[in-house]
Amino acid sequence: MKTYFQYPFLIGMIFLFAFLIYLYVRWYTKLSKYDKVRFRKFWGTKKVWKAIYDSINDGLLHASIFKKNPVLGYMHMSLAFGWFLLIVIGHLEVVVATGGLNFPFYYAIFFRYFEPVHATTIAKIFAAVMDFLLLFILVGVALAITKRFYKKIFGMKHTTKLKPLDKVALYSLWAIFPLRLFAESCSAAVYQNGSFLTNTTGAWLGNIANSPVIYQGSWWLYSFALCFFFIALPFSRYMHIPTEIYYIFLRNAGIKTKKTWESYAQIQLYSCSRCGVCLDACQLYDAGISDVQSVYFLQFIRNKEDAEKPLFGCLICGRCQVECPVHLNLNDLRTALRIKASKPLTFSYSYTQKPEQQSADTIYFAGCMTHLTPGTKKSMAKIFDYVGEKVWFMDEDKSICCGRPLMLAGQYDSAAQLIEKNTELIKESGAKNLILSCPYCYKVFKEDYILPDINIKFHANYIKELIDQKKLPDSKLNITAIYHDPCELGRGMNIYQEPRDVIEHYSHRIPLQKSKDKDQALCCGAGLGGINLTGDAKNAMTHNAMTYFDKFNPDVLVTACPLCKKTFVSDRRIEVLDIAELVVKAIEQPNELKALPHREKSYAIS
Amino acid sequence: MGDLDFIKVKHLHIDYDILDLDLLNKVLQEETSFQWCISCGCCTASCSAGNHTTFNVRRISLLLRRGEIESLEKELEKCMLCGKCTLVCPRDIQLRNVVMSIKKNILKYKMSSL
Ligand code: SF4
Ligand code: SF4
Ligand code: SF4
Ligand code: SF4
Ligand code: SF4
Repeated sequence: MKTYFQYPFLIGMIFLFAFLIYLYVRWYTKLSKYDKVRFRKFWGTKKVWKAIYDSINDGLLHASIFKKNPVLGYMHMSLAFGWFLLIVIGHLEVVVATGGLNFPFYYAIFFRYFEPVHATTIAKIFAAVMDFLLLFILVGVALAITKRFYKKIFGMKHTTKLKPLDKVALYSLWAIFPLRLFAESCSAAVYQNGSFLTNTTGAWLGNIANSPVIYQGSWWLYSFALCFFFIALPFSRYMHIPTEIYYIFLRNAGIKTKKTWESYAQIQLYSCSRCGVCLDACQLYDAGISDVQSVYFLQFIRNKEDAEKPLFGCLICGRCQVECPVHLNLNDLRTALRIKASKPLTFSYSYTQKPEQQSADTIYFAGCMTHLTPGTKKSMAKIFDYVGEKVWFMDEDKSICCGRPLMLAGQYDSAAQLIEKNTELIKESGAKNLILSCPYCYKVFKEDYILPDINIKFHANYIKELIDQKKLPDSKLNITAIYHDPCELGRGMNIYQEPRDVIEHYSHRIPLQKSKDKDQALCCGAGLGGINLTGDAKNAMTHNAMTYFDKFNPDVLVTACPLCKKTFVSDRRIEVLDIAELVVKAIEQPNELKALPHREKSYAIS
Repeated sequence: MGDLDFIKVKHLHIDYDILDLDLLNKVLQEETSFQWCISCGCCTASCSAGNHTTFNVRRISLLLRRGEIESLEKELEKCMLCGKCTLVCPRDIQLRNVVMSIKKNILKYKMSSL
C-alpha cells in the first residue's frame, strides 16, 4: 500500500539538512585564511579523536551538565543520546529485518507501521530495546516539561525566556515522543508488534486503534511533529545541537576567539544551548539584574536586539564561562562586541610625562589600583628592603595605566598607546624583572605587552619564591585567614596555588567550599568590566560575598588584588589584607599570638 | 548696569537662552548618579591623568553643565578609564561610566547635527 504520511517528515528533514549545509559552508568560508588552514590540517591529526570524544561526551552524553546537575544532565542526555540511539538502533533493526540496505530512508523512523509482525526472536529483542529507549526518552521529556513549571526540582533558580519559534520547536519536541508512543501503540494494538511498553499501552487503547482514522492519524501526527521540529530547529535554541558539534571540531582544531566578531564567534553564538547553567553562576542576580547573564545576552545578539546596556553591564568576571557546559569563550565574545561598540570613541595620551628613570634589575609597577591601597605598596617596599632587592618603583609618580581597564571597555587601540609608553620605559631601564601587585596589570603585561627579555612576576609568586629560597623568615601568625581568589588572577591567569602557599606559610588558612573557591570564586562586585553598573548593584554583590566569607568567621580576609581589597574593605565586617600586607605583618610581629584584634561582630551590617 | 559691563567677560558668559542642555540631560539619564556630585574633588585628586596634566574630573562636570561640548570632548580624550575616581568617590558616582556616556553622547550629538 502506498503511504503518504512520511512526507511531512521528509520535507522537514530535507529542509533542515539543506539549511545546515548552507550555514556550515557559509561559516567555513567566512573563517580567516589561517583558521581555514588550521581546520584543514586538523583532519590529519590525533586531535580529531579528541574532538570525537568531546562530541560524544558533551554533544550526546552531556557529561558536563551531568556533573553539575544530574537531573538536568539526565534530561539533556536522554533527549540527545536517547534519540541518537533510537535512530542508530532503529536503522540496525531495519537492516536486520529486511536483510539488506535496500530500504527507503524514512523506513526506520516509521518501522512499526511498515513491519506489522515480528517473525523472529531477534526482532523481539530489537522491539524491546526500542521500547526501552523510547521510555528512556519519555522520562527525559517528562522532566523537561516539569522543569518548565517547577524549576526548583532541578536546583536551578532561573530558566530562560522563550520566543515564538522556540516555542514551536519546544512544543513539537515535547510532542514527538509521546506521539511516537501513541502511533506505535496503535500499531501494537492492531498487530501486537510492540514490546513491553507499546504492547501494554496498545492494550489500553484496545479497539480505538482499529479505527483507520485514529490509526493512520497517529502516524500522520507523529510525522508532523517531526516536520515542525525540523523546520523550527534552525531558528530556535535547538540550533545548538548541530552547531555545537561543529564548534567542538573547530575548537579542537585550535581556533581562537578573535577580537573582532567573526564566523567563529557566530558559531559560538549558535552553540549556546540555553541550558541556563550560566544563570546560577552570575552574581548580578544579587543586585536584581536579570538581562545581562550570558544566556540572555547571547539571545539578544541572536535576535539582533539592542544589547548595548547588557553588553557593558557585565563584570567580565568569568564565573559563567567556567560553568558553561558548552565551553563557550563568553568573556572573549563580550570583549569582541565591546570593541565593536566602542570603536568610534577615541582617547589620546600624548600628554603623559616621563617619570624619572632609574636603573635597576627589578622594576615594581604598582598600577593605578594599588595606588589606592597604599598598604600594599608600602608592604612591597618593606619586602624588597628585607630581602635587599634593588627596585625601581616605576609608577611611583606620573603613573601610566597598564591599559587593561581600557581593554575591558573595548578600547584596545587606546590601550595600545599606553602599552607603548610603558614598554618604552621598561625597555629603556634595562631591567630584567618586573613585579606587579595587581592582577589586571599582570594579565595585560603577560598577554599583551611584548617584553621578551623581562621576567614578569605577580607579587604573590615573587613572595612564594622568596619563601622557597629562605629569604623570608618563617614566622607564622596565629590567625585564621580566608583567601579570596581575584577573578583576573584565578580565572584570568590561572594562578591559584602560590597565594595559598604564602598564606598557609604565614597564617592558618580556612578553605572555602568548592563551589565558591578557585575557578568558582566569587567576584567582589567591582570588576572593571562592569562599566554601567550602579554603585548599589556593586555594593549588593560585595555585601553578599562578604556575608558568605563571614560565615567562616575568619580573622582576616586575604586577597591579592588591590581592587578586591578596596572593595571589600568598604564592607567593614572582616579585616581585609593584601597578601603582601599579611607577609609584612608576619615578619614584623613574629611573637605576637593574636596579631590582629579579634573583630567585633556588633558592627556587622545586616 | 552699563558701568559694570566689563565684568561680563565674553568667554565666561553663558547665554541660558541658547544653552543646549540635551547632552547634560542624556548623560544624567544614563548615569543618574552623576547628579549627586558634591564637588568634593576626591576624583580629581586621585586621577591618573590628572597626575600628568591639568585634566580635572570636576571641570568635566562644569563643562558639561555649561554645554561646552568642544572643550569637553578634548578634555575627555585624556582619561585612561583606570577607575580610580570611581573607587574613591564618596557619593558612589560611577565616573567611568560618566566618561563613557559623555563620549558616546557627544558622538551621537555630532552625528545628528551633521
Ligand atoms: S552560555 Fe553556556 S551555560 Fe549559558 S546557557 Fe549558553 S550554553 Fe548554557
Ligand atoms: S561574566 Fe560574571 S557578571 Fe558577566 S554574565 Fe558571567 S557571571 Fe555574570
Ligand atoms: S576586584 Fe577582584 S574580585 Fe573584583 S572583579 Fe576584580 S579581580 Fe574580581
Ligand atoms: S569624587 Fe565624586 S562627589 Fe567628589 S567631586 Fe568627584 S564625582 Fe563629585
Ligand atoms: S578613570 Fe579617568 S578620570 Fe577617573 S581617575 Fe582614571 S584617568 Fe582619571
